[in-house]
Amino acid sequence: MTGLSFELFCMQLLTGISLGSIYALLALGLCLIFGMLNVVNFAHGAFFMVGAFLGVYFLGITGNFWLSLLITPLLTGCIGLVTERFLVRPLYGRGIDYPLLLTFGLSYVLIEAMRVTFGIEGLPSITPEGLGGAMNVGFGYFPKYRIFLIGATALILFVVWFFIQKTKYGLIIKAGAADQEIVKVLGIDIAKVWLFVFALGCAIAGLSGILASPTRSVNPEMGIPILAESFVVTVVGGMGSPVGAVVAGLLVGIVYSMTSLFFPDFAELSIFALMAVVLIIRPQGLFGKAGAMG
Amino acid sequence: MIFPFLMPYEALAVNILIFGLFAMGFNLLFGYMGLLSFGHAAFLGIGGYLTGISIVHYSLPWGLAILIGVIGAAIGGLLMGFLATRTRGIYFSMVTLALGQIVYFIFYKAESLTGGENGLRGVRVDNFEIFGIPVDLLNPLAKYYVILFFVVLAIWLISRILNSPLGAVMEAIRENEKRAAACGYDVARTKLLVFILSAAICGLAGSLRALHLSIVPIDSLNYLQSGQAVMMSILGGMGTFFGPFVGAAVMLFLEDIVTGYTKHWMAVVGIVFMFFVLFFPKGIWGSILSKLHISQDSSQ
Repeated sequence: MTGLSFELFCMQLLTGISLGSIYALLALGLCLIFGMLNVVNFAHGAFFMVGAFLGVYFLGITGNFWLSLLITPLLTGCIGLVTERFLVRPLYGRGIDYPLLLTFGLSYVLIEAMRVTFGIEGLPSITPEGLGGAMNVGFGYFPKYRIFLIGATALILFVVWFFIQKTKYGLIIKAGAADQEIVKVLGIDIAKVWLFVFALGCAIAGLSGILASPTRSVNPEMGIPILAESFVVTVVGGMGSPVGAVVAGLLVGIVYSMTSLFFPDFAELSIFALMAVVLIIRPQGLFGKAGAMG
Repeated sequence: MIFPFLMPYEALAVNILIFGLFAMGFNLLFGYMGLLSFGHAAFLGIGGYLTGISIVHYSLPWGLAILIGVIGAAIGGLLMGFLATRTRGIYFSMVTLALGQIVYFIFYKAESLTGGENGLRGVRVDNFEIFGIPVDLLNPLAKYYVILFFVVLAIWLISRILNSPLGAVMEAIRENEKRAAACGYDVARTKLLVFILSAAICGLAGSLRALHLSIVPIDSLNYLQSGQAVMMSILGGMGTFFGPFVGAAVMLFLEDIVTGYTKHWMAVVGIVFMFFVLFFPKGIWGSILSKLHISQDSSQ
């Protein structure tokens, strides 16, 4: 490996972490919904895509990145609310495949809705003002935006962690995931909790969409590969484990960027190879409970 | 036999045959074993590409090319099934989806053999003879009957599988995996075996599609293509024998009409599909059967 400097290695590692941040957020959203409702949201990639579109759109009309960072997850969260209330809820108790099939159908509608609204070409992505250019990170110049991405992800993860672990509402969510019957007996409307958690998962998906939008092209099909990738993260990390989602997200991001440094032709394949290895050695995932799924 | 004359044009009839077979192969796993795969486009693609590559790059006879496509898809099914059947439930769907993406990338990257993004072009088979009778594959009607022959053969094979003891074990596993295991059936091996059979049938559908279209588009391997098999099965009725075929026919016929009016076919099919999931989970064919009180399930 002549010509490979330590600096280059570090840069690529940092790129991997910034890519992994997005994966971690996506997998966390999937994990929250699954842990609570036992539903895999097959429209998760589509929510990510809608988030990216709305984010770029609001950034375009308001010129304020922070404002669109706030509006976008609220809107995708609202779509999530409607989805849970009117489409997913009638399917509870009808077999585990049905919500999955329904959200798969929904992803078609969301993709087409964006095509109708914004055109099939997609939107040019904009790097928000003040976050363009590169900054010195000690071993070289690194894009400012990607540093921001890592920081923002850390903040979001902290907020979600704090909310679930340290607040009254988080306690209800945890209790509901552990035993919904007991929570019902205690006089809590579990349906509202489900509604909220589904919306929260969709809001996080939308948020990761807008955060990722400056680093990739925004088009109606962008959610398709990302769905497969976030499933890889979920399988590697272990279904229903938030810690697993975050660790595996970063791991997958780093594996991707390292492979693209050493064997660029195999970058896309590397993360799937990682998944295959995990499936053979530890089918329940790195942080999954044995016997739950594998 | 008169089917091609009922359709607006022969190509649609051929498409329905091919995708009907694709959906039936998929349903073998989903409807009869309860394993919802989101990666079956891989086998449609492998079958298509291997048949296409055999013809384009190695000038092999078309019969051999189809055989290579089917065997290749079966081997793909063995590899994918080995990994995927280690999981169950929702996990299985996620893993098959991800594994399907691997196949997509492999064929996408092998540009010198597969044509990459542009697809594999020039899969041409013109004239050949069967028992001295010349057959011209460029004649749409002749092509229809050749493909019909293979599809009927495969459907007959599927019905043999389902009526065999294996078919009974499959349904036993779908209904109660633990009890099937307790009865002494090797659940893991049955799952893998059915996965391979299902892959081979979908591979045949892919091979036939390569002959039909003369090209193999890279979209054959797309995740949405896997989803199409799922949609067709649900639309027609999963777990019924002819349901997926009916689903394929309805979906392709609908697509043909709708695309004449609007570009936004995906939204229409998405809404129709969600409607069926919510209100008609038995599908068209399944609902007709239950109206007529015909049970196709010997186990129920």
